[in-house]
Amino acid sequence: MQPGVVFAQDYQYMCSEAGQNIIKDAIKTHGLTGVVVCSCSPRMHEATFRKAAAQAGLNPFMVEIANIREHCSWIHKDKEEGTEKACVLMRAAVAKVTLNAPLKAGESKVVKRALVIGGGIAGIQTALDIADAGFPVDIVEKNATIGGRMAQLDKTFPTLDCSSCILTPKMVEAKANENIRLITYAEVEEVSGFVGSFKAKIRKKARFVKEDVCTGCGVCMSKCPSKKGLNEFNMGLNNRSAIYIPFAQAIPNVAVIDKEQCIKLKTGKCGLCQKVCTAGAIDYTQQDEFIEEEYGAIVMATGFRPIDASKFDEYSYSTCKDVVTSLELERIMNAAGPTGGVLLRPSDGKHPHSIVFIQCVGSRDVSGRGKPYCSKICCMYTAKHAMLIRDKYPDVEVHVFYIDVRTPGKNFDEFYRRAAEQYDVDYIKGQVGKVYEENGQLVVRGVDLISNEQIVLNADMVVLATAIEPDPTARKVANMLTASIDTNDFITEAHPKLRPVESPTAGIFLSGVCQGPKDIPETVSQAGAAASKVIGLLAKDKLTTNPCVAHSDELLCNGCSCCEKVCPYSAISYETKLINDHGVKETRRVAMVNEALCQGCGACTVVCPSGAMDLKGFSNKQIMAEVDAICL
Amino acid sequence: MQMSEKDVAALVKEISGSDVKKCMKCGKCSATCPAYGEMRFHPHQFVAMVARGRVEELLKDPTVTRCLSCFACVERCPRGVEPANVVAAIRVLAEREQEGNNFSPADVPKLLSQDPEIPQQALVSAFRKYRK
Ligand SMILES: Cc1cc2nc3c(=O)[nH]c(=O)nc-3n(C[C@H](O)[C@H](O)[C@H](O)COP(=O)(O)OP(=O)(O)OC[C@H]3O[C@@H](n4cnc5c(N)ncnc54)[C@H](O)[C@@H]3O)c2cc1C
Ligand code: SF4
Ligand code: SF4
Ligand code: SF4
Ligand code: SF4
Repeated sequence: MQPGVVFAQDYQYMCSEAGQNIIKDAIKTHGLTGVVVCSCSPRMHEATFRKAAAQAGLNPFMVEIANIREHCSWIHKDKEEGTEKACVLMRAAVAKVTLNAPLKAGESKVVKRALVIGGGIAGIQTALDIADAGFPVDIVEKNATIGGRMAQLDKTFPTLDCSSCILTPKMVEAKANENIRLITYAEVEEVSGFVGSFKAKIRKKARFVKEDVCTGCGVCMSKCPSKKGLNEFNMGLNNRSAIYIPFAQAIPNVAVIDKEQCIKLKTGKCGLCQKVCTAGAIDYTQQDEFIEEEYGAIVMATGFRPIDASKFDEYSYSTCKDVVTSLELERIMNAAGPTGGVLLRPSDGKHPHSIVFIQCVGSRDVSGRGKPYCSKICCMYTAKHAMLIRDKYPDVEVHVFYIDVRTPGKNFDEFYRRAAEQYDVDYIKGQVGKVYEENGQLVVRGVDLISNEQIVLNADMVVLATAIEPDPTARKVANMLTASIDTNDFITEAHPKLRPVESPTAGIFLSGVCQGPKDIPETVSQAGAAASKVIGLLAKDKLTTNPCVAHSDELLCNGCSCCEKVCPYSAISYETKLINDHGVKETRRVAMVNEALCQGCGACTVVCPSGAMDLKGFSNKQIMAEVDAICL
Repeated sequence: MQMSEKDVAALVKEISGSDVKKCMKCGKCSATCPAYGEMRFHPHQFVAMVARGRVEELLKDPTVTRCLSCFACVERCPRGVEPANVVAAIRVLAEREQEGNNFSPADVPKLLSQDPEIPQQALVSAFRKYRK
């Protein structure tokens, strides 16, 4: 037996209740001061074993785990070698546990208010659910209105209900709910703090219209002489005035002045809107405002945008007006869109007779132009578009080129089959290689892999099911929140299966497409799940903090600032104080660790040149003891 | 009256009673077909061709007679498309084009001399279909 070990037992299911009882009994019978469990990863059952030890009266931090499953039996084909490694890991854990010190978790406060960044359907639903549980919540939305992409959609699969008809009531509810504060035309600029007590600084951009005075009558819009701004809501398919309300159901229903387009703000002349506004809401001198607030939890719901289709030159998106993206088509099909909901092609406003849809434009593409993932929603919305067009305009021929049709979801495949079978949409298995204009005619050259032949079709319009990507601000926001993000800029979950709505950073939650492509039903369920996690957190009065945090030895610290530079959680600050070094008194600058902020990553301990910084539970001495046990 | 290719395709659908639009191009019919190697167009292909209204080539293709009428494809198609009935309809039409709506026993020796490997079952099936 290893030195220090007084009792050892083999048992197959140590995590079971019977197994835990073995540990508890051994602690009591042998008066153990430390326990080593050789089992699976501590990520699985460290908490289980610590709890068992605590129940038997042992400090839970006197338990160590040697991972002999993931690190040994699962990965080594050679049984002998694997067993040898398992023994070594066990020795290391024993060496460590003899140096463990009892630790006590501290407590920190919980500010009972949540922040939701992004006011799309994800953010709205999360906020509504949190508010419903009685907690105040702020939605910060960068645009002038909440609603996100869903507000731009015409009808929604798989039920084909009108998007704004189902979204508007939620937007109105968000505005009316007394627990929800909408902070629109705003962005979060700075976040500090930690789970339970984050501090955020929010910049509310100047609208040049007083939000509480504007009645949303829209007179200013009709009088504004500057009408060249691209209408973002309509995907730039038409123009809007410099002063505008994004769309009729906007919340808040308040105008905003686009300062790049406003003649008054650019040249000092004009001022018409102020003259016509009977409410007196226009204020050309308005400045950006800052709001500072504390939050217990933060939810990221920053959503997505379609990628730029002009990267796919072969489809002539940037040169042919009648080649549009699917989101543009949503606007063309919508009654409040640029064509009043009549299907007209952009180039000459004529009724198209033949439309070709191309799926997977930029999705499943590792060439660097597109995205390696499947955007998940485009098979379904393409089926939707094709069906709606065939339903309303039976004279229009509709062809869909696809690589695969991916329709997992309740009633989804049935929906797509309906497009093909009932609405006679011509699904062609194969991709399109080129779209070009020939004598004023759009020509599509694709392949039919079933009949094994190249197909050349004349089309009046081509619709590109463009890949979606996270909102371009996602990375910035994630960095601010120290939330991890993947190579595609989607926010990473704490566990892809078991903790899908939490970020690995405590107190940060994920909702909607910012985590990965999803449709509205999935977004809404995830939004609710994120809300329930937030509610669970805000319902607590205190949080126990992780005691495995860094601390610096004042006597050794020379205040060099190395640790502060490497700390990813900004947990280190410096204090100039009187140090009594064995009778030698000196006023020095020394490092202080904010235990609530420290996540115990240990970066500071390795950079500290004077060995002053150490991590509780993972002290340099303990780690060296493990290394010795392994190597000696 | 000369029928357009599209009209002929519609007739194939009508005669076969098969809803070719239901095909989801999974290929199970072709995977199961014992005569796969003998036919220029394989079951999933002729289904797709009829769906797209492209029947002329099928009507001209002598290898459609190689279908054994085993109905394995019908049995196994997950969408109930009945490819065998589609090919049978093609054969009916091809026959009709040649000599009315009849198929006489006297033709058999000639057919066999043209293609001694013509499957027996195909002849039986043809009689069932083409003789009133
Ligand atoms: C063409 C097309 C058709 C579709 N059709 C359907 C359909 O029929 N049925 C269906 O179920 N789904 C459909 N979808 C998918 C649907 O749009 C999404 O599932 C849904 O919009 C996701 O909502 P979200 O809130 O996660 O993201 P978004 O709708 O993108 O909302 C995100 C919000 O966050 C804001 N924001 C972003 N960054 C910041 C920041 N840094 N600070 C503050 N605010 C920020 C944005 O301005 C936006 O308002 C379709 C998508 C497309 C592209
Ligand atoms: S002041 Fe600016 S926003 Fe107002 S009417 Fe003139 S151009 Fe339009
Ligand atoms: S959902 Fe369909 S169209 Fe979109 S990327 Fe995936 S497979 Fe392609
Ligand atoms: S019925 Fe004809 S097409 Fe169908 S599996 Fe049999 S041989 Fe092949
Ligand atoms: S088995 Fe049926 S669905 Fe599959 S390819 Fe053949 S006909 Fe089509």
